[in-house]
Amino acid sequence: MTVESNEYIGMIHSYEIEAGNFTKAGEAASSIKRLLRQLGVDANVIRRVSIAAYEAEMNMVIHSIGGNIQIEISPKAIVFKAVDEGPGIEDVNLAMEEGFSTAKEWARELGFGAGMGLPNIKRCSDEFHIQSEVGQGTYLEAKFIL
Amino acid sequence: MRINDLIKKIPHTILAGEEFLNREIKSGYCCDLLSRVMAHGPRNGIWITVQTHVNIIAIATLLDISCIIIPEDISVDPNTIAKANEEEVVVISSPLTAFELAGRLYEMGVGNQK
Repeated sequence: MTVESNEYIGMIHSYEIEAGNFTKAGEAASSIKRLLRQLGVDANVIRRVSIAAYEAEMNMVIHSIGGNIQIEISPKAIVFKAVDEGPGIEDVNLAMEEGFSTAKEWARELGFGAGMGLPNIKRCSDEFHIQSEVGQGTYLEAKFIL
Repeated sequence: MRINDLIKKIPHTILAGEEFLNREIKSGYCCDLLSRVMAHGPRNGIWITVQTHVNIIAIATLLDISCIIIPEDISVDPNTIAKANEEEVVVISSPLTAFELAGRLYEMGVGNQK
């Protein structure tokens, strides 16, 4: 994915997400929220970005083998990207359905696996894009217009 | 309504965030599925949940939830309490069930403002 540089003047922050690390889970989303608050972004947008970031981060912690979250802030929009190394989603359309989850029993006992993560991200964002291939990984992008 | 006023009428123990009990409460939510809370959790509200792991603090912080109440005196992970103090989230435990807690809070006017 290349960034269209003519449109983009702003800042990029990126966060490494570790698979299976529940103690740190949510920290990237919390850092993003703090950053947006410091920048004086509208409270409603902060809430929507926070929800999307949290859900994407948790998805990565629970399901992926690890990856990276990136946030690009420009005067016009906030673009959130989550990229992982795998294992990839078998059926993306099914994963987008509310209530569908492949979370294991242990994760469900902790309250995860409601099958609302991806739908939550889509609902909160102005533009949503997801691409996944088994064995390759998942690329998710959510855009928030300012 | 402030957390202070509400907990006066509920048996409770304050686990974290004692210095923030004067926070205003506007509504409440009761759920243990975290993504459902992310979708519907109330800003400046009270959240009742049986989940006690550290991730509930991240959720409260992200959604600006003012106070978490843990029902049935379920023991709370010390890491959760430490994180709550660090992130300034009020965490309270109570011997009452989630049903009783929600009922009492609603009766006192939480989420019941017409």
